Amino acid sequence: MNLTIAWITARALLGRKRVLLLLPLPLLVIGLTLIAHALRPDRADRWAQPIIDGLGFSVMIPVTALIIGTAVLGAEIEDGTIVHILAKPLHRSEIVLAKLAVSVGIIGTFSAVPMFVAGTVTDSVRFGLALAVASFVAALGYAAVFLVMSLLTRRPVLIGLAYVLLWEGLLGNLLDSTRQLSIHQYALTVAAKIAPSDLLHTHVGLPVSLIMTAVFLVAGTVLAIDRLRSFTLTGETS
Amino acid sequence: MSTVELEHVSRWYGNVVAVNDVTMNLGPGVTGLLGPNGAGKTTLLHMMSGFLAPSQGTLTVDGRPAWRNPDVYRTLGLVSEREAVHGFLTAWEFVLASAKLHRLPRPEEAARRAIELVEMAPAKDRRMSTFSKGMRQRTRVAAALVHDPAVLLLDEPFNGMDPRQRLHMMATLHQLGDAGRTVLFSSHILEEVEEVSGTVQVIVAGRLAASGDYRTIRRLMTHRPHVFAVRSTDDRKLAVALIGEDSVAGLDVEKAGLTIRAGDYGAFTRALPKIALREGIRVRQLTPSDESLESVFSYLVAS
Repeated sequence: MNLTIAWITARALLGRKRVLLLLPLPLLVIGLTLIAHALRPDRADRWAQPIIDGLGFSVMIPVTALIIGTAVLGAEIEDGTIVHILAKPLHRSEIVLAKLAVSVGIIGTFSAVPMFVAGTVTDSVRFGLALAVASFVAALGYAAVFLVMSLLTRRPVLIGLAYVLLWEGLLGNLLDSTRQLSIHQYALTVAAKIAPSDLLHTHVGLPVSLIMTAVFLVAGTVLAIDRLRSFTLTGETS
Repeated sequence: MSTVELEHVSRWYGNVVAVNDVTMNLGPGVTGLLGPNGAGKTTLLHMMSGFLAPSQGTLTVDGRPAWRNPDVYRTLGLVSEREAVHGFLTAWEFVLASAKLHRLPRPEEAARRAIELVEMAPAKDRRMSTFSKGMRQRTRVAAALVHDPAVLLLDEPFNGMDPRQRLHMMATLHQLGDAGRTVLFSSHILEEVEEVSGTVQVIVAGRLAASGDYRTIRRLMTHRPHVFAVRSTDDRKLAVALIGEDSVAGLDVEKAGLTIRAGDYGAFTRALPKIALREGIRVRQLTPSDESLESVFSYLVAS
């Protein structure tokens, strides 16, 4: 991995005010879990699922991924600084992999920590760890998808939001078949397999989840590398 | 020694032709790419630097295509028109990162040399977001020069520089050209090109309009007729006096005033006040009416 690119990318993401956008949702997940646990520790079966799945997996992780995943390369494309990275004798895979690693690291960390706290408070450390691992699995899938979106379209956030809200959110609740193509569902399955619990309801098998996460990751990465090889500059004047 | 070769290169966007059948050869030395805004200079530079595929024709740097070939950046440095930089980095971090991305054996040494070359050493530890336009520009030049490229492409490099920085940048480009580097910079300002380069490529409306020694091209440009609009207390009397002047090639008397075609800009503008004084006429208005760059260039294309 190219450490110079990773270093610049991480500084760009964590040094901006954008990083403050990442804090409210994790704090909400932790806060709601603590309040619910304090009020009704015996009725986790009632409140755990809406907080952990309804808020954590359905909203916090995809939104965090959307903010970071589309910015990791998209922000540089938008402001034009990408030229400084691209005008170097580097194989484009080096650039994409460095960006992806930083993206997964940040999304994973901002998701896994609150999910670990929520899982541990709700049930056990093992459950907390299962949720943390599942958060990283989701981060892998989302990071690749949103990275390639920032190369395919000028409005990656809008399209990413449509995927998360319409495909995973709305259609995922109405049509069973869409769940087969849902990173959210893959992450839930991984968590449930590591720490089986009545608190999580899964709809996809483990092999499908692992294979499909890998497919999203690899296809997204390969497509991103190819798109970056053909990256075209448009002049303000020409 | 490195060369950039374009053979019948065209680039179009839908129905719009941005660059039209351009053939040129760039070798060592400084070459100015001159043309009005919108002529296709940036499109050409983007193609030369591998950031745009030609729609037709071939474009090579040292015999290898620039498009989809990152290896070309071993010999090529680019200072693009957009002045975006990673503002959160200091100049030193930015240039050093460039050196590292080029995998130079001694990146610190290369970064120090490049920063000194553009005279940014005193400000090198400041974040680039605090820089003026000229400072950012010089830092970008340092980053593009850090690997000592054989070919350097600069898109409007003097934009935003103050006169002293401009002179310094011109001297730097001269040095690089004299040292055998192939340097191409674009500009829409004739004087900039005149100061720096011996050879000029003039591009107008996507086509290569003139190519060669700048003195020849400059002569064509200064000797073109200049048109002035003049209003005075007695236009007819002034017209009679002016027609005897060698520098005046022709004139029209109109209701709104005089339209004067002068063959020699300097001689005419020196003669007019003397004549007006001698004849006791007060000149109320003197406006050069075709001084836009576009008119200069279109004259050049026509000649």
